[in-house]
Amino acid sequence: MPDMIPAADTRPMLETQDVARFFDVSRPLIQRLLAGEGKRMLRAVDGVSFSIPKGTTLSLVGESGCGKSTVARLVVGLYRPTRGTVIFDGQDLAQARADSTQRRRMQMIFQDPYASLNPRWRVRDIIAEPIRAFGLLKTDAEIEARVAELLTHVGLSPLDGQKYPHEFSGGQRQRISIARALSSNPEFLVCDEPTSALDVSVQAQILNLMKDLQRELGLTYLFISHNLAVVRQVSDRVGVMYLGRVVELAPAETLFTTPRHPYTRALMEAIPDLDMTGRQRIPVGGEVPSPINPPSGCPFHPRCPLANDRCRAELPQLIPARDTPEAVVACHAVEEGRDGGPMPGVALAETGAAVAAS
Amino acid sequence: MSNTRPLLEVRNLRVEFPTRRGTLVALDDVSFDIHPGEVLGVVGESGAGKSMTGAAIIGLLEPPGRIAGGTISLAGRRIDNLPYKEMRTVRGREIGAIFQDPLTTLNPLYTVGRQLVETMTTHLPIGPGEARKKAIEWLELVGIPAAAQRIDSYPHEFSGGMRQRVVIALALCAEPKLIVADEPTTALDVSIQAQVIALLKTLAREKGTSMMLVTHDMGVIAETADRVAVMYAGRIAEIGAVRNVVKHPSHPYTIGLMGSIPPISHRLERLQQIEGSMPRLSAIPKGCAYNPRCPHVFDRCRSERPELIPARDTQAACWLYDPASGTQAAEVRADA
Repeated sequence: MPDMIPAADTRPMLETQDVARFFDVSRPLIQRLLAGEGKRMLRAVDGVSFSIPKGTTLSLVGESGCGKSTVARLVVGLYRPTRGTVIFDGQDLAQARADSTQRRRMQMIFQDPYASLNPRWRVRDIIAEPIRAFGLLKTDAEIEARVAELLTHVGLSPLDGQKYPHEFSGGQRQRISIARALSSNPEFLVCDEPTSALDVSVQAQILNLMKDLQRELGLTYLFISHNLAVVRQVSDRVGVMYLGRVVELAPAETLFTTPRHPYTRALMEAIPDLDMTGRQRIPVGGEVPSPINPPSGCPFHPRCPLANDRCRAELPQLIPARDTPEAVVACHAVEEGRDGGPMPGVALAETGAAVAAS
Repeated sequence: MSNTRPLLEVRNLRVEFPTRRGTLVALDDVSFDIHPGEVLGVVGESGAGKSMTGAAIIGLLEPPGRIAGGTISLAGRRIDNLPYKEMRTVRGREIGAIFQDPLTTLNPLYTVGRQLVETMTTHLPIGPGEARKKAIEWLELVGIPAAAQRIDSYPHEFSGGMRQRVVIALALCAEPKLIVADEPTTALDVSIQAQVIALLKTLAREKGTSMMLVTHDMGVIAETADRVAVMYAGRIAEIGAVRNVVKHPSHPYTIGLMGSIPPISHRLERLQQIEGSMPRLSAIPKGCAYNPRCPHVFDRCRSERPELIPARDTQAACWLYDPASGTQAAEVRADA
């Protein structure tokens, strides 16, 4: 793996090798036969490889339909890969999931705290469910004490265990989701847009909480988000996805200071400018093509300002980028040096200080 | 800006929701103006009342919500008490509306061309033939490729970004003086969002249309609005020129809100956060609604409700900026 960073504990928490997941979106057999058409496959994820060293955060960013949530589900075993393997702490995921002592080591936090908590259960039962399911604690008194401890840990009161989810605000519900995820003492958390449904002041609370928990408990995160600013705050490394593939994977600092892939640059360019530098933004044209009929060659070529004949014909592989080899980039233009070399991303070009005038 | 007559004048607007457990006040004493050609941004967190303000202006409050006080005037004419039928002609002809989800605005059973033509023939003195020609022009203007063919497509045949472009064309085609846009880009991906913002900005400028832009995204406001109103618990907490509100906010809530936005330009060890959450409408605290979360709270904030008063570069509903608050406020202000 070219993207591995040497870590003290050499074995990565999680590794995916050429993982793909296709969905069959064909019409019913009879209609297909009558119309004389074949099967139609939606290639949600098509050959994704990365590894996450223990105690670090890898973020996947991209627009809707790029496959980032599908990767999250593949990684915890909610979907089985069509191709490739997921390796959890040196063990094939399928085996790890069959073994409940391994299974409890990974948990997931979902985007919508209104949908992911059972409205008919009291909060203490929601949080205790993984403890009971894995048989981690035996007596009710022990479980009660553990639930109280978890509630305190995520910034709620032990008394909140009596209540039902509807009595809480969105941010508090997301704290409950986090407490539930932590209740089985996991080492690896998959967070699928954990703050996207929250207001910005509450988002800051949750992001700070997740950072604190990572430091205290040594957690490893796979963080899925469409928000680049949030990703910058939480990540050690960042993968940018487009149409089911990772197009750029780099240490967070490198990615934000010198984004290389034209799509990464376009994404950064598209972020509204809060510093009001008066910078004229040039929005990238076009839209994400359908993953049922992905374009030939590089999937980004129809929208790419640097596309040429090779881009239209040949799929670029993830290789260390010229001049910034710590980043791996799937782009012929970068490989050939047609992109003008590393340029500061817009994020760096804005020299304006933080907006907060406190 | 103050020498022109405002296009929209909202005065002491109060919206109530009668419920079995008593009346909830969703908007309380909201006043602001929008001048011709101006873009007013309205920001706030969920439940702050920003969408409610937009809905009250276009006369589409969800029952049992109702306007319980105050006035809304468009070009000098009161529109808050118009009968339903009359309001329908105001809506569309004089006020255009853009909502978050384009599918709720577009009729799935009609082609986009038919919807555009119908809107124009209803509100403008033109026939169907001319309207169709203009409809194609509008679709070109909002950036729909091959407009002459696409005009006969149904909404489901467009992608999300293209649909929102159609909605913009639909809102603008009767050439209203005011557009109320409620989270027009929230459902879109960032790259599409940038396209739509650029489009709205250009069109509003070219046509001299005023706009009320309701959103929770401060970045969108910073790029698009001339002035911005920050709402909290059904009231305006701060209002002023966008640069002043974003760069030099005065109200402690605005300061906290701005500080909690994660920056893209650098990594922070910790984000600033506002403790707690916005109160429910049924439990709005006495005095200033923000006082339980405010780091600068003092006695007066807990008992008296502040009005908008001049504060540094903006207007803020905060006792810190009232000279009558005395030395305690002055000390806090010096720290802040």
